[in-house]
Amino acid sequence: MATHGIGASVLRKEDDRFLRGRGQYVGDFRLTGTRDVAFVRSPVAHARLEHVHVPDEFKNVVFTAKHLTGIKPIISAPSVKGFKYSVEPILATDKLRYVGEMVAMCVAPTRAEAEDIAGAVTLEFEELPPVTDMLSACEPGSPLVHEEWGDNIFVEFSENGPIEEVAKTAAIKVTKTIRTARHCMFPMEGRGVIAYRDPRLRYLTLITSTQFPHSVQTGLCECLGLDHGLVRIISPDVGGGFGYKGLLCPEEVALGWLALQVDHPVRWLEDCREHLTANANCREHHYQITGYADADGKLLAIDCVAHVDAGAYSAYPISSGLEAAQIANLLPGPYVFSAYRCRSFAVATNKCPTLPYRGVARSGVCLAIEAIMDAIAREAGMEPTEVRLRNMVRPEQMPFENVVGKHFDSGDHPECMRRAIEAIRLSEIRARQQRPEPDGRLIGVGLSFFVEQGAHGTSVLASWGRPIVPGYEQANVKLTADGDVEIHVGTHSHGQGHETTYAQVAYEILGVNFDKIKVVQGDTLYTPYSTSTWGSRSMVYGGGAVANASRLLAKRAAHIGAWLLQTDVANVRVADGKVIAGNSSVTLREVARAWYLQPQNLPPNIDTGGLDVTAGYRAERDSGTFTYAAHAAVVAVDPATGTIEILDYVVVEDGGTLVNPMIVDGQICGGTAQGIGTCLYEIMPFDAQGQPLASTMIDYMLPGATEVPDIRVLHMQTPSPYTEFGIKGLGEGGAVGPPAAIVSAVNDALRPLNVEVQDLPVTPERILAAIDASPKRATVDHA
Amino acid sequence: MKPVAFDIVRARSLAEATRLLAESGGTARLVAGAQSLGPMLNLRLAQPRLLIDITGIPDLTRIEDTDDSVTIGACVSTANIEDGRLPGRGLDTLPAVAAHIAYRAVRNRGTIGGSLCHADPAADWVSTLCALGAECLITGVNGKRRLLADQFISGAYQTALAADEILEAIRVPRLSAGGRCGYYKVCRKAGEFAMAIGVVLNDLDRGVFRVVIGATKGRPIVITDARDLQRADESIDDDAILRVFDKHGIVDRIARRQKLAALARAYNQAMKP
Ligand SMILES: Cc1cc2nc3c(=O)[nH]c(=O)nc-3n(C[C@H](O)[C@H](O)[C@H](O)COP(=O)(O)OP(=O)(O)OC[C@H]3O[C@@H](n4cnc5c(N)ncnc54)[C@H](O)[C@@H]3O)c2cc1C
Repeated sequence: MATHGIGASVLRKEDDRFLRGRGQYVGDFRLTGTRDVAFVRSPVAHARLEHVHVPDEFKNVVFTAKHLTGIKPIISAPSVKGFKYSVEPILATDKLRYVGEMVAMCVAPTRAEAEDIAGAVTLEFEELPPVTDMLSACEPGSPLVHEEWGDNIFVEFSENGPIEEVAKTAAIKVTKTIRTARHCMFPMEGRGVIAYRDPRLRYLTLITSTQFPHSVQTGLCECLGLDHGLVRIISPDVGGGFGYKGLLCPEEVALGWLALQVDHPVRWLEDCREHLTANANCREHHYQITGYADADGKLLAIDCVAHVDAGAYSAYPISSGLEAAQIANLLPGPYVFSAYRCRSFAVATNKCPTLPYRGVARSGVCLAIEAIMDAIAREAGMEPTEVRLRNMVRPEQMPFENVVGKHFDSGDHPECMRRAIEAIRLSEIRARQQRPEPDGRLIGVGLSFFVEQGAHGTSVLASWGRPIVPGYEQANVKLTADGDVEIHVGTHSHGQGHETTYAQVAYEILGVNFDKIKVVQGDTLYTPYSTSTWGSRSMVYGGGAVANASRLLAKRAAHIGAWLLQTDVANVRVADGKVIAGNSSVTLREVARAWYLQPQNLPPNIDTGGLDVTAGYRAERDSGTFTYAAHAAVVAVDPATGTIEILDYVVVEDGGTLVNPMIVDGQICGGTAQGIGTCLYEIMPFDAQGQPLASTMIDYMLPGATEVPDIRVLHMQTPSPYTEFGIKGLGEGGAVGPPAAIVSAVNDALRPLNVEVQDLPVTPERILAAIDASPKRATVDHA
Repeated sequence: MKPVAFDIVRARSLAEATRLLAESGGTARLVAGAQSLGPMLNLRLAQPRLLIDITGIPDLTRIEDTDDSVTIGACVSTANIEDGRLPGRGLDTLPAVAAHIAYRAVRNRGTIGGSLCHADPAADWVSTLCALGAECLITGVNGKRRLLADQFISGAYQTALAADEILEAIRVPRLSAGGRCGYYKVCRKAGEFAMAIGVVLNDLDRGVFRVVIGATKGRPIVITDARDLQRADESIDDDAILRVFDKHGIVDRIARRQKLAALARAYNQAMKP
């Protein structure tokens, strides 16, 4: 490993501007004449919209569906059998389907004035009974979100393994009912769009906070009927995405349309209240899951019916079916067993459309399967970690195909688990649990284990019938006239540090001064088309593309360098920013000078592509990389108040070759903080009318610095056999493991009281309700 | 989330502020740290035409020290109290409580008077000042008056202030040398509003043994003689507390558990020698 190459914990290039407050987000752009937009949003969950009343004085600055001529609704229907598609109007037409749905667009010099106008617009509507619960939505006679469907089911996925025989004879049968909470993703920077016409280059330009500029371009072209060559998307610094910015937003379409009508830039910046009340859009699942095992805790079968509350519409391009598909696919987790049955439903409700949040569906899936492993352990009288170890893939079985054909590429799962057991000091905790704590709290320890499929490729996504399927990721790498390196990529970092890690890849191959490697991203004008950054794919695919382009560039430089050195190209190599032949060398700067400024010095029969190279990459086997991890938590539960404190937290992860271990730690710790939120704090409660009940951060709780413990991260590094450098995707796992580990720990703590909690989030109220309902009711301890 | 347009003036004296208030006919609003009012403006729950900023009035940031009490100007920030700006003995509870209100950024701006006037039942100052027997010093166009904190708070988000009145200062009696105050707040994360608050002031040398049950749906429940909640061995009597809950309509089983725990823990702190 060189100082700045693959494996070096190089400080992040982007942090210089971020830490000085010089990042440039959508809200930081100042374009002359910009006007602000505020949306009138639906105040009700389900209604027939009869009339939008706009006071005369505002007629010219308020736009409703009737103005939006020549604009197509958002339709995101994967070509999966039986998928019922939804038609999402950009501004509501005849029906309102969730609180927060956009109805009218108000334009004014400032946001405050735009809100004044929005406040003066009134809606006439006839309320309809809302569909607010995914289970009752599936009952016959439920009100319908989309009448023409005849029911509320977007799509059903099923796996139909033979479980009947096993079910009859298994010594252990355990069943769990688990509900996870709908919540918000809460990136630090909300969404935001500035749209304007660029008469010189003839672009409709959007500066928008998105994870994937090119997919927004494609979606926008479809909705507005424009060619790609007429639309430019700029995504500047993005203050967190997590999936929230991995879709075509109706706001982007609305502002794009508006910019074509007016002669000034228009801007919309999402505020916290809009985020909370119009966009609580992730992770609401229900599981009815049964596990069968033999008396020694060997898992024999899983049988599950799962529901996903997918909200009112199918978001583009990921679709409302994604979470349910993931559940059916991923529920078996890391475990070895052969009988699997699962039906999962994506259910339409009168809530905002769900989006895939970091670790799509997996925190819920992991919670469900791990709850089963814990329950089996109790029945079998075993240590929960033992049950898990008993059911894992052994390293000599790798690569391994599980019950649904997931191809685990490499690794040593049991070793990962053993390291976590040791690091969390399981035996010490067990000893500690033998004596009462001086403060009356109950101590518990829990572990979760999971695999993280990342960097899915063409074969996986084509089979899901998506409108935009990732293929070859491309990168452009060039030498400047000074011999410095400029990399242009179509993926877009929204916090992952790609400006640093892609530079590390180029450094590994070219060895130029690390400070002189620059990464350009986030602008369709300057970057290769890409499906961009989601699903932990960028380092594998983008990194692979940067490597290929760098190698090709090195080859071209070698040709020129050999000529300058008066030797045969077979005698040279490129390293340390030089073309080297034995004891003599020329710098890449000299090579660049020759190409750009002194072409009279170039060799004959040169590759006229020059020092500006674009190359593509696709993993040798594109079924995804399989990072895996164990999360372990120690908690203290106060049985008198229901409050929970995390005393210790360990993550042992094998993410293959780590390009920058420091950045990986950041990804894991950040993800874990979000997972702690999912487990203990975050919920958007809805009332029976479908009204979201939290409208500020006083009501919507996120974990803060004091609630996230010092997370201890340990690494294993088993390279993937299928990818460049053996890199695996690992951006999401941090958020996957915490609910399962923490719930397991909390239930371990509550064991003396003989009660359990299962639903998320695990609040003090839920802990106390469980204790309160227990026959063996704990008396309040006044410690 | 942008407020409706308003004017703002920075009052230079109490007289100016009360006069502006009286003249506005209910369309003006005082603002101190803006930590409660700010969000209400942004959510358009409050739409005053005029904001009267009172933080520049010298009288309101004064701290006056006497043998048996300290008088804290209404605009003294929670951070100032946390940092020990209050002189002398017998007031240790105040900085300890301050340290657990919100986050430092909020404490830097939020004021003790603003908190009391906002009268959120879950606010820490509301329960604490009621337990300590603090007195509210009030100024209006027609003169001055005083009210005990638990009379000043008249309900959830309600005070006894008239439309032209300003809370000028809060006089907090000092505890005697043997006095103890126990305070316990149940909340989900650091600096969050309370789900339950218990405060017990055990200062029998001054003849005070007061209990406050806070974070209720209305004003704090004040029990002036804590002996009513004691068993013969001076341990706390859960059943007596549960009867208080019954009497005040606190029926939710979870809330009862948390409030009981908070009160019992505050009591145990206050009884420690
Ligand atoms: C994120 C956050 C977390 C918080 N957490 C907590 C917590 O854990 N515990 C807690 O107790 N509080 C908490 N608070 C509230 C905080 O303590 C506020 O600062 C306090 O409630 C209000 O004080 P202020 O000076 O900001 O008042 P302002 O917001 O300026 O005013 C509040 C109200 O009082 C009126 N007012 C202000 N001063 C006077 C006066 N002298 N005379 C008459 N009327 C007056 C105003 O007109 C207004 O109606 C939190 C606030 C935030 C933003």
